[in-house]
Amino acid sequence: MNLSQEATAKCEVSFTVNGETKKVFAHPMERLLDVLRNDLKLTGTKEGCGEGECGSCSVLLDGMLVNSCLVPMAQAKGARVVTIEGMSAHVLMRPLQEAFLECGGAQCGICTPGMILAAVHLLEKKLEPAPTDIREGLAGNLCRCTGYMQIFEAVTKVARRRVAK
Amino acid sequence: MTTSHIVGAAVPRKEGWDKVTGAACYVDDMVLPSMLYGATVRSKIARGKIKKISFDSNVNWNDFVIVTAKDIPGNNCIALITDDQPCLAAETVNHPEEPILLLAHSDRRKLRKAVEAVSIEYEPLPSVHTIEDSARKSTIIWGADNTFKSYLIEKGNVDAVWKEAAYIVEGEYFTGAQEQLYIENNGVIAAFDPENGVTVWGSLQCPYYVHKALMALCGLSENKVRVVQMETGGAFGGKEEYPSMIAGHAALLAIKSGKPVKIVYDRMEDMAATTKRHPSRTRHRTAVSEDGKILGGEIEFTIDGGAYATLSSVVLSRGTIHAGGPYYWPNVRIRTKAMATNTPPHGAFRGFGAPQSLFAMERHMDRIAQVVGISPVDIRRRNFLKLGQTTTTEQTIREDIDLDRLLGRALELSGYAAKKMRFAKENKNGSRKKGIGIAAFLHGAGFTGSGERYLNSLVGVEADAEGNVRVLVSSAEFGQGTNTVLCQIAAEALGLPYENVAIAQPDTTVVPNSGPTVASRTAMIVGKLVQSAAKGIQQTLRKSAFLKDDYTPEQFRTACREYIAGHGTLKCYARYEAPADVFWDDEKYRGEAYAAFAWAVYVAEVTVDLTTYSVTVDDFVALQEIGKVLHPVLAEGQITGGVAQAIGFALYEKVVWQNGRMINNQMTNYIMPTSADLPPIRVFFEELGNVHGAHGAKGIGELPMDGPAPAILSAVEDATGIHFCSIPLLPEDLFEAVRLDSLEQAVPSSARGTA
Repeated sequence: MNLSQEATAKCEVSFTVNGETKKVFAHPMERLLDVLRNDLKLTGTKEGCGEGECGSCSVLLDGMLVNSCLVPMAQAKGARVVTIEGMSAHVLMRPLQEAFLECGGAQCGICTPGMILAAVHLLEKKLEPAPTDIREGLAGNLCRCTGYMQIFEAVTKVARRRVAK
Repeated sequence: MTTSHIVGAAVPRKEGWDKVTGAACYVDDMVLPSMLYGATVRSKIARGKIKKISFDSNVNWNDFVIVTAKDIPGNNCIALITDDQPCLAAETVNHPEEPILLLAHSDRRKLRKAVEAVSIEYEPLPSVHTIEDSARKSTIIWGADNTFKSYLIEKGNVDAVWKEAAYIVEGEYFTGAQEQLYIENNGVIAAFDPENGVTVWGSLQCPYYVHKALMALCGLSENKVRVVQMETGGAFGGKEEYPSMIAGHAALLAIKSGKPVKIVYDRMEDMAATTKRHPSRTRHRTAVSEDGKILGGEIEFTIDGGAYATLSSVVLSRGTIHAGGPYYWPNVRIRTKAMATNTPPHGAFRGFGAPQSLFAMERHMDRIAQVVGISPVDIRRRNFLKLGQTTTTEQTIREDIDLDRLLGRALELSGYAAKKMRFAKENKNGSRKKGIGIAAFLHGAGFTGSGERYLNSLVGVEADAEGNVRVLVSSAEFGQGTNTVLCQIAAEALGLPYENVAIAQPDTTVVPNSGPTVASRTAMIVGKLVQSAAKGIQQTLRKSAFLKDDYTPEQFRTACREYIAGHGTLKCYARYEAPADVFWDDEKYRGEAYAAFAWAVYVAEVTVDLTTYSVTVDDFVALQEIGKVLHPVLAEGQITGGVAQAIGFALYEKVVWQNGRMINNQMTNYIMPTSADLPPIRVFFEELGNVHGAHGAKGIGELPMDGPAPAILSAVEDATGIHFCSIPLLPEDLFEAVRLDSLEQAVPSSARGTA
């Protein structure tokens, strides 16, 4: 938060969050992450590093996987934002959640919402991701607990089950 | 009674669903009415006297709650072991980032600017930043001689071995600081009212450590301090002692303002100000026989403790006891020290001193092998501890551990022999050199020596009138699976479905003190107490004739209802009892150091690229004997996660210091492994059992931190012929060593070392 931001008045920003239209008063440079967590009480989106390295704050913005700590509200204006809370109806969500539990993909859980969003995004792009696709597709989401192996296993399992159907 | 096999099964993680839906509540997700936010004004210098604190007149300070050392109602210290660390520096500062003053405000943005608007004038004093400078004692910064703690282990007569030795092998080894880098930063909320005292909700490992520290700091009695552990987003030791500091800060602000105060660090503050793994230096001098047997040796192990004593004495203890590795030393002298420097105190981090001294031991075994002219495999085979032999502390190995066979299996699983031959052939050409390396090691579970006796842990299990069982422990879940494993043990003991057992949220007004969640002790020691307390419930119901020997969950429910109707509650406790055959002499550092050791052999395969100077781990085999696997998926997750963290320790994670301050305190320039950086980590277990652990379990949480670094450097040596002795090993280190190596081509590279 620098001086120029302080000088900028708050303004109304209208955008769609998890399918609902939301209007918030925010500084244009306020982080989408803070608006989601503080104004809209969507605390499933986590802050890990605040500089776009760890991916814990991942959300989908107009279908793209972004770090919400790097998105100013000015950019979110009019956008469609989906957080972990808005994913429950997604066809891949339940299988991924179950596979994460089955395989041990969630330990401390703080990276998990972001990791699952990244996994959904990856599986939407690739029907049958190769191991390198999974490694690269999730490389923007850091996990300090699992060593990633069990996360790869969970994602692979969901991809295989989907193809088998 | 249904014969269940809940222990050993991959039951779902108790709090798993909340975690995969984003519903799990971490401290930063919690908001209290009229809550303020707190921030910390910290020292900008390494050491000096505080001369003056001034406040920028452009800020309306009446809006802020301001706390200094003068506002502390009790003792200005973080009560732990030595009580030398102030909660807020009053007259002097001893490290960069030392807390001096606290601010609170309802607007986080104003707070950030206000921190910058407080200026502190110092009279700087000379500071010390390395183990060597500290040991020189030309500047005394702590106690009489800059030494927090020293230990001496003497076994046999080392002085007599040198003349018999065919070889005397020396080496010096270094490990760097490492950041725990839990993804959730440190955070707490504190609230205060005169009637109930202080309540703290936080991200933490040891509720009763915080409880003890807050009593001393706030001058409050036991029942006026309440500590509640929230869902904790990783810890790895990093939330063992530091939460007492941040909880103290929030409590002081809450007491002064009368409002709840939240302090959550951002990543830069967390990395710069909180604890890291102790940097270390180890020196080995070993007498070896003609055929490669260790006759005896001297080991000198020194760690950098930072500015205050905190846990350094205990970290040093574990490093000391593990310094001899899984080998038989007929004679040994181990001298160890924890030294003071003007950096933020180093602290608990998975492995707790053992990864440091074991790194040195394993690298030194490779050096001995080279001097004797035998392979890294053979030198280990000839020196492994065996049943009936004694460790460096003269603890007799009573379990039938066959390290020779364990090593053989690890070599087979990794295809070691064939790869070793193939790489030697293929490395003759091209700039990408491949190598394979091993490390053998052990890790003691539970507190060292008489530690568990002092902890005197207490565990409770209760049942309600519906037959629902609840486990009451202060042992915290932070990813490792505490909730799940302890519920499995209770369910199995009671013959009930896993779903009928829950775990209470750690809250010091609800759960007894089952000890800190550290030292790989939870499954093994707390687990065993949970088992006893659960059995206590069963016995109580049977004695009261409400329950027969065989029963269904439905009959258990009826029995609970009838018992509670008559007695009000149904709750049983179990307290730790030290095994009769465990003897430990704290003075001589001799005896049964740990109730059980886990044993392991790890194999790493690497590619060293001599164009980019990067090292990539291509394959990793982790084979360990851990007593009993209580939950296969969780156990495997502990190993893969630990190996990944240790790969970071070996190859990526470098803390860059400048006058005692970490200057790369961001995830952007302190690099931890991503999913694209890691090899397949292949995990294998053996189960010998352990009479002291629940269902035969030993501790496993820390074990995987010990082996990867030496195994990887051994593999790098196999690939390049260069004997690296220091981690982290970054591309620039490799570049420098290869350059020197090529300058010294007259000497065969295999006969040289690089420190």
